[in-house]
Amino acid sequence: MQINEKINQIAEDFSYFSCWEEKYEYIIDLGKKLPPMDEALKTEETKVKGCMSQVWLVALEQNDNRLKIIADSDAIIVKGLIALVLKIFDGATREEIKQVNISELFKKLELDSNIAGARRNGLASMIEKIKTF
Amino acid sequence: MDLGYKLRQDFPIFKNGICYLDSGASSQKPQSVIDKQNYYTEEVYANVHRATYTIAQKITDAYEESRKKIADFINADPKEVIFTKSATEAINLVAHSFGSIIPDGSEIILSEMEHHANIVPWQLLKNRKDISLKIIPVLDNGELDYDEYEKLLTDKTALVAITHISNVLGTIVDIDRIVSSAKKHNAKVLVDGSQAIMHQKVDVKKLGIDFYTFTGHKLYAPTGVGVLWGKSDILNSIPPFLGGGDMIDTVSFEKTTFAEIPIKFEAGTPPIVPAICLGEAIDYISNIGLDKINEYEKYLYKYAFDEITKIKGVRVIGTVENKAPILSFIVEGIHSYDISELMNNENVCVRVGHHCAEPLMKRFNMLSTIRVSLALYNTIDDIDLFINSLKKSLRILG
Repeated sequence: MQINEKINQIAEDFSYFSCWEEKYEYIIDLGKKLPPMDEALKTEETKVKGCMSQVWLVALEQNDNRLKIIADSDAIIVKGLIALVLKIFDGATREEIKQVNISELFKKLELDSNIAGARRNGLASMIEKIKTF
Repeated sequence: MDLGYKLRQDFPIFKNGICYLDSGASSQKPQSVIDKQNYYTEEVYANVHRATYTIAQKITDAYEESRKKIADFINADPKEVIFTKSATEAINLVAHSFGSIIPDGSEIILSEMEHHANIVPWQLLKNRKDISLKIIPVLDNGELDYDEYEKLLTDKTALVAITHISNVLGTIVDIDRIVSSAKKHNAKVLVDGSQAIMHQKVDVKKLGIDFYTFTGHKLYAPTGVGVLWGKSDILNSIPPFLGGGDMIDTVSFEKTTFAEIPIKFEAGTPPIVPAICLGEAIDYISNIGLDKINEYEKYLYKYAFDEITKIKGVRVIGTVENKAPILSFIVEGIHSYDISELMNNENVCVRVGHHCAEPLMKRFNMLSTIRVSLALYNTIDDIDLFINSLKKSLRILG
């Protein structure tokens, strides 16, 4: 699936929620299912700056030029947001990742109205970091 | 106990329906302060001091009148009241100017519960000068370890710089005890009153201290104005902090002489309108009475403490008996940011983080807490909203 299709799919999933509680329950659930990150990978180098909770993010290059992204946080909502980000970016190529416009993405997922400002900045930092890989 | 219900009518922001529990970071402003701000912006605005036309004289009078109100409020002489831009700047002023006259080898005592504003200026001084910093530890319940404090004092102690009330723990420091021990060693005492001035009566003479600092925006005034109070003999004997307009007597390229205190320490155009509004804010709380405010806030805090401790997994940080209305807590196994994020969806405004007190966080082995800080406009309803929102958040996160 192309990145844009993935984004549209998530936006569609989100559209079924009738209140903020449901949206957060979904995000928290995603966070709980996020595969654990190897503790050895949680270093100062892999830490994402600009997040209020701790976030670690690494990308491993796979044979076919696609990035395998591994990330974790100590806060469950952030873990859920990481899972969302991974749904979009994991397995994509650098070229595909570069084409994603962060503010358009947030608008599409309506994250700009629901998620607190500080969190949004952290999420943006996360995506910015992915773009540097 | 319905004081808050009545007083919140004076604060237009509550028309927005927010549950504001972050007054320790900054307080909301009453209409009278906002009106004052508008009046001195729309109708009587000019620069203060020296100009001869009427509105400049009027605004200068208002500025100096505010200084007098502040002096009365803390039982001081107006010439000992210096307007700064913040409490942080006030502490930096002391670190710079008083710091420049202390002898090499001097020791400065701080505590583990200081805000960064009362740590970093002294570290900067230490970078410039051969001094050492000593730190009073904090006990598990959030009390200051006074026995250890006494041991830290020596004849080399130049200054004890300590908070009046911890912005995280709510602990009220026993300033009498700090001062009486410090004086045995001829050490000066600076008290950071940023978290105290809005909650309890402060009498700088009675406290027997040498410097007191606080900020306006936590005292129902706008941002941009802080206060340094200092004993006149010390203020007269230390050099200015910043140089520039207003603070001079005469200037030539060969030699410049300085104005008398307090203007000696007010270089450049001061925060005129915020300073005038600070006087208005003091009128506002003086009309209610600090004793009444103190009693009411204690009542609110007790209710909040009793309710929150009923929730499983909650751990309150700072549990001494006599406390300011500041409630810091964590919930075992749950990140504070996750809780505050969910509460934000119900317009419950709490603070989460290290509260600019990283050494204290380290002492309690945590990265962040959630902090509820109460003010005179809060009500039992606010606390019920907060408790219900907290319970709901924990349910969603659980």
